[in-house]
Amino acid sequence: MTNTWSDIKNADVVLIMGGNAAEAHPCGFKWVIEAKKLNKAKLVVVDPRFTRSASVADYYAPIRTGTDIAFLGGVINYLLTNDKIQHEYVKAYTDFTFLVDDNFSFENGLYSGYNAEKRSYDKSTWQYQRGADGYVLTDPTLENPRCVYQLMKKHYSRYTPDVVSNICGTPEKQFLKVCEYIASTSGTGRVMTIMYALGWTQHSQGSQIIRTGAMVQLLLGNIGVKGGGMNALRGHSNIQGLTDLGLMTNLLPGYMTLPSEKEADYRAYIDKRAPKPMRPNQMSYWQNYEKFHVSLMKAWYGKAATADNNWCYDWLPKLDKPHDVLQVFEDMYHGEVNGYFCQGFNPLAAFPNKHKLNTALAKLKYLVIMDPLATETSEFWKNYGDLNDVDTASIQTTVFRLPTTCFAEESGSLVNSARWLQWHWKGAEPPGEAKPDTEIMAGLHLHLRELYKKEGGAFPDPILNLDWPYKMPHEPSSEELAKEFNGKALEDLADPADPTKIIRKAGEQLDGFAQLRADGSTACGCWIFAGSWTQAGNQMARRDNSDPYGDGQTQNWAWSWPANRRILYNRASADPSGKPWDSKRRLVWWDGKKWAGDDVPDFAPASAPEVGMGPFIMNPEGVSRFFARDMMVEGPFPEHYEPTETPIDVNPMNNNPQAIYNPASRIFKGDLENFGTSAEFPYAGTTYRLTEHFHYWTKHVHINAVLQPQQFVEIGEGLAHEKGIANGDQVQVSSKRGYIRAVAVVTKRIRALKVNGKTVHQVGIPIHWGFLGQAKAGYIANTLVPFVGDANTQTPESKSFLVNIEKI
Amino acid sequence: MHVSRRGFFKVCAAGMSGSSLVAMGFAPTAALAEVRQFKLAHTTETRNTCPYCSVACGLLVYSIGDGAKNTKAKVIHIEGDPDHPVNRGTLCPKGAGLLDFVSSPARLKYPEVREAGTNEWKRISWEEAYSRITRLMKDDRDANFIEKNADGVTVNRWLSTGFLAASASPSEAGYITHKVVRNLGMLAFDNQARV
Repeated sequence: MTNTWSDIKNADVVLIMGGNAAEAHPCGFKWVIEAKKLNKAKLVVVDPRFTRSASVADYYAPIRTGTDIAFLGGVINYLLTNDKIQHEYVKAYTDFTFLVDDNFSFENGLYSGYNAEKRSYDKSTWQYQRGADGYVLTDPTLENPRCVYQLMKKHYSRYTPDVVSNICGTPEKQFLKVCEYIASTSGTGRVMTIMYALGWTQHSQGSQIIRTGAMVQLLLGNIGVKGGGMNALRGHSNIQGLTDLGLMTNLLPGYMTLPSEKEADYRAYIDKRAPKPMRPNQMSYWQNYEKFHVSLMKAWYGKAATADNNWCYDWLPKLDKPHDVLQVFEDMYHGEVNGYFCQGFNPLAAFPNKHKLNTALAKLKYLVIMDPLATETSEFWKNYGDLNDVDTASIQTTVFRLPTTCFAEESGSLVNSARWLQWHWKGAEPPGEAKPDTEIMAGLHLHLRELYKKEGGAFPDPILNLDWPYKMPHEPSSEELAKEFNGKALEDLADPADPTKIIRKAGEQLDGFAQLRADGSTACGCWIFAGSWTQAGNQMARRDNSDPYGDGQTQNWAWSWPANRRILYNRASADPSGKPWDSKRRLVWWDGKKWAGDDVPDFAPASAPEVGMGPFIMNPEGVSRFFARDMMVEGPFPEHYEPTETPIDVNPMNNNPQAIYNPASRIFKGDLENFGTSAEFPYAGTTYRLTEHFHYWTKHVHINAVLQPQQFVEIGEGLAHEKGIANGDQVQVSSKRGYIRAVAVVTKRIRALKVNGKTVHQVGIPIHWGFLGQAKAGYIANTLVPFVGDANTQTPESKSFLVNIEKI
Repeated sequence: MHVSRRGFFKVCAAGMSGSSLVAMGFAPTAALAEVRQFKLAHTTETRNTCPYCSVACGLLVYSIGDGAKNTKAKVIHIEGDPDHPVNRGTLCPKGAGLLDFVSSPARLKYPEVREAGTNEWKRISWEEAYSRITRLMKDDRDANFIEKNADGVTVNRWLSTGFLAASASPSEAGYITHKVVRNLGMLAFDNQARV
């Protein structure tokens, strides 16, 4: 989230699209109700189903699953053609004026540089025009046909209301009504927030859906202001924290990135990640990258990391390609993976195509489960009849299952969707011999270290030298680890402004990332968390819930990254001269000498407005990007592509067979044959969650198992009538990958849509069942989902695929 | 002096004269003549955070056990934290059932192993678990670790074992997991953010 949960109350319009906060994030959704009650806000919901969020909305519009870019592209067209944009904001704070390479083009569904064989682009033309001084050329008049504004206007002029309606199935009138609500926030006095979740991420073009939403918000001037923003309603309690800490194939903590094998040279690795400003007087904050990187290496390798060995640069593994979960299961399927750990993760239920996953897991030599609960993955080898029909005796995988503590039995911090690090305390002992994950990881490391000490082996250096300063090496405490990721001074740190002054003595906790150094004198495990545990103590444990400005920011409750800032890009809440756009909504402002305000300014504290520094300080442009340059795999502007399995067989935006679905998505050999066609599987299936259940955990929880005991699927009355299915009938829902059986719930909540001259029915598939638990045993819903991910993030396309449904 | 109803009867049973107690003015007061004592009166209240979605509602966890060595703290009640600025004491149908998660019969209690080809779990000790797992890890790493790629570039990666991390465990667990896993050269590393 760019903003915070309680900040939603400041919105004038709330758009919930690609999410269902009322059911999936109920206690956060109360802030939408608060906005409606206290701020007379209008709630608009766009969703394939009439959800409980929709049931309290001021306006609801249906949409075919997977067509959000078409819808939002239509909104962009509406805003531009009806002049409903915040002019001064977009001109000063976005790339509107930037000129784009003359060879960049878009034609019949494809951008310049497409290679059909590789299903990827040569992105060399996806760049700006540069002047002799190296800076990007701009046209403040916005008349140059190569400026981002003109290119974008042309691109989205194709998304007319009738085109949108034809693709999305949303009646034109309803689409226009939604546009009116959104456009009502184009002035400086009104603000819209967007709330989204997996309904936007789990598509083969999910990242681009989110970009399109962000583009709408930028056009309206709704980023960086109270009550605005792009608010991702994240899933697990610490999914934000684990993303922040970089536990992904290609990341390091704090959104630093691992080197690829093409980056053997340390200096080149750093320079690439520390870009020079693209426009005069811009900050380009990532120029500090090396300070964060060296401090991380000092936290991991202590004294072993020196300037002479480039801070152990060679010790970091170099990527040949991303090894995301889909890639790993693909490799496992082909017998190329021997061992796998699942720590609090149930991939057999969470990832697509259960049959493929089962086959893959059975090829492992060893599988290690660390979990508080008995997961389906831990028993993938056990035969549960039709629900998990495997040949146990032939599965030669050794499976270890290690019991872990749950939230009530451990202390530590969790990072919520709003980037708040909140400390919690242990309240009880775990059952039996269960241990916290911290202790298990220590156990594994210390045993391995011992083995490598004794026996030697492949490249033991990092294992033998990993800094392990914990008082009880077998049980590092949460407090010690939290202090380590905050960071400390390794030597006395002199004030750069006055070297006679020491700002932090050796051994002291740091106050924030501004104190980090690239010379090895600071250690910090996650630079964006610097400030969370300072010399003054644990800031994450703060419990002052006062709200002095009455705006829901509660600055002294817990601690939010970065720098306890509650609203990101908040410099954009003031106009270029430093005056708040809206005095009722003021957040930060220039007081004549420095930036001041209710929030911690997201800006250089002393940079006067006359200097012209842009508010998007992390971008080398200094402004926000409509034109994503070469940063997305399928193009600089989001374009509508059909889901990989489309119910209409064509992409009405083009007549190019290469551009029906995402032309740059990664499709493994063998999976292509596992995609269904609309002839065989005519209905658009979409998975979702129920308010009584949380993923695959709560089927183990008695009260939730009682509340929603049995697996069901939801279909509209039209489809039910066509297929002779009555409410309560047993049905089989099948895709090219398998089938599930469940009770049919016939409902008015999902209606048939007219799409491209065809009636499209959608089938709603709640995900919460499996072959273990206290709820009635059921089928794993992801059995049905295709093994393909978002082209940028490789998040599986669980929201849009093809199914058939039959009464049994 | 206040004497609860139960305390009053105990005193009687111990042989003291009830009537004289009453005469001395120690009769049980009306307010104390309760059916039973408030269940949470002798519990420990701990501040916690809901482990489900990332609204991260504040919780009050009530447990019994006084912290002494020979007692084991056990959670008996969980409710929303009214001081929390986001949930302000409320919980959703998921969070309201948390007590049943803590005490779910599906909770794992001991390290176990399912040997290759068999159809059952076998309880093992932590030491056996660590020793066997790290032996498998080391053998696999030693056999498949790639120090240099085909072009002779130092890559120091280990691709034949992977790790999925838990996004409902605390940041401190996430941090040490990253430190240990990446240090082995592992790249097949992800968490639920991928889903």
